Amino acid sequence: MTNNKRWALLFFLSPVLLWLVVMIVLPHIDLLIMSFRFETDDGQMTWSFNNYLSFFEEPIYWLTFVRTALYSILVTFLTLVIALPLAFYITKVVAPKFQGFLLVLLLLPFWVSELVRVYGWMILLRESGVINHFLIRLGVLQQPVEMLYKDATMILGLVYTSMLFMVVPIVSVLESLDDSLIEAAYDLGANMWSILFKIIIPHATSGIVSGSIVVFMLTLGNYLTPNLMGGKNSLWFTEQIYNQFIASFNWNQGSAFGFLLLALSSLVVWLGLKLTRQNLQKVVQ
Amino acid sequence: MIRTLPTSKTYNRLFTFYVILYFIFLFAPLLVTCVLAFNDSLFPSLPWKGFTLDWFTANSEQRVGIFHDRINLDSIWVSFQVAFYVTLLSTAVGTCGAFLFEQEDFRFKQLLYFLMLAPLVIPGVILGISILLLSNTLGTYFETSWNLDIELFRPGFWLVVLGQFSFIATLVTLVVSARLRKFDRTLEEAALNLGANRFEVIWHITLKFLRPAIFGAAALAFLMSFENFNTTLFLVGYEATLPINLYLQVRDGSTPVINAISFLLIVGTSLIALANLYFSRKAE
Repeated sequence: MTNNKRWALLFFLSPVLLWLVVMIVLPHIDLLIMSFRFETDDGQMTWSFNNYLSFFEEPIYWLTFVRTALYSILVTFLTLVIALPLAFYITKVVAPKFQGFLLVLLLLPFWVSELVRVYGWMILLRESGVINHFLIRLGVLQQPVEMLYKDATMILGLVYTSMLFMVVPIVSVLESLDDSLIEAAYDLGANMWSILFKIIIPHATSGIVSGSIVVFMLTLGNYLTPNLMGGKNSLWFTEQIYNQFIASFNWNQGSAFGFLLLALSSLVVWLGLKLTRQNLQKVVQ
Repeated sequence: MIRTLPTSKTYNRLFTFYVILYFIFLFAPLLVTCVLAFNDSLFPSLPWKGFTLDWFTANSEQRVGIFHDRINLDSIWVSFQVAFYVTLLSTAVGTCGAFLFEQEDFRFKQLLYFLMLAPLVIPGVILGISILLLSNTLGTYFETSWNLDIELFRPGFWLVVLGQFSFIATLVTLVVSARLRKFDRTLEEAALNLGANRFEVIWHITLKFLRPAIFGAAALAFLMSFENFNTTLFLVGYEATLPINLYLQVRDGSTPVINAISFLLIVGTSLIALANLYFSRKAE
């Protein structure tokens, strides 16, 4: 019996251990080591902080980093502002018989590859795109305008890509909000805004936080959308990493960048969880 | 405010208008992509020049539809193969993970659980580069120390499979765990009392109970793999997967063939998504 049990444990443990050690732990240790290796002028590899120093010395590097972080915060905030009323409408306002249908409709586009969605935006927004075509037809514009390759379109694309990860947690947390709380507040004369800020948002905090963490993280690590929808000047930090790895073939510099991005992303996740006293386990479920 | 309370007409109208606007925002890019796949024009843009199936079936000098487009067809086939192996691998390991974290007890379980969740918070790009680094380190080691040239350690098919597996297995673990948590363990105890051993119990009872969740997780894994871009970007060799191949085409200009592929992808994934939803509802 106990022997049997030990075999079961071994049977389940070994593949999982192999997966986590070989595919997750070791690669990241290697990443950390590589980021501290530096090739000197005579071609020798030595230990050094140079890769990190050059990050701070070259404004283009750290500016991109800061910009990526700030834009990710903006995207997270915009996503939240759009998602909150939507989640509220679906859980509390619309007739219950439409609820399921609206939810399915809401989720469906996110099963489609991100590339296809970005491509859709490209053919809508570009100079020869569909929106320009209609605006000229309607006489709003005389000449087509290039709407793609701007920071604003990149933000639009990032918000679009992230919506799902904000809406779903907020919907699930609002479903547990008892309608009678809102009814009571209403009967006692509360107006819409105080109901929003004193009942709905406090109740939805856990959903808002987990949604925001996921959206921030995914935006920070996004490559496709900034690359295809952003302009020449809207460089994203993941593109810097790609450039170091594939274009410059400077893997050590790229590793340092990668580690910095990983550190920022983990820091934000950790802070978000700490501030709301949640743990990762709960957020995932 | 909410449906049980009296609300002004303007409030309701404004709210409904907002939601309709959002759904237009949500579906406009997909709809336009699909419609322009059937436009009789050399560019994926308006004006509408009439309906055609050329971008699917044509095989002339000016127009090569997707069904005759060797490069794109090849990349679809590569993606299918990658997704097949990733699904197989991540479903097997993920199911083991679910049993491990739900039914077993051992030292450092909490730490290992945390590690299992880690791929969720590691950006895909970072996962890609770190696996590339490790494989390169191992490859160099085997070549200099043992004079062995091992294909696996070079960017290519199997590295892509492993890279995608590394985070998709986490999703499978979570999906299967959620179902396993609902399992009534007295059923297992009954079978054990009747003389079955642990593996017989798992095979005949627990896995039967888990079947819908495992199929659901496998479908999810297949789709995630088929569409993965970030991790794959760094691990891909000369055999491009569909997303990589599409990316290169979109970046350097586009033809309606991309719309045709997108159309097929949208229809295909929607069907998988709806089937998945239908079966998971039924299971509950």
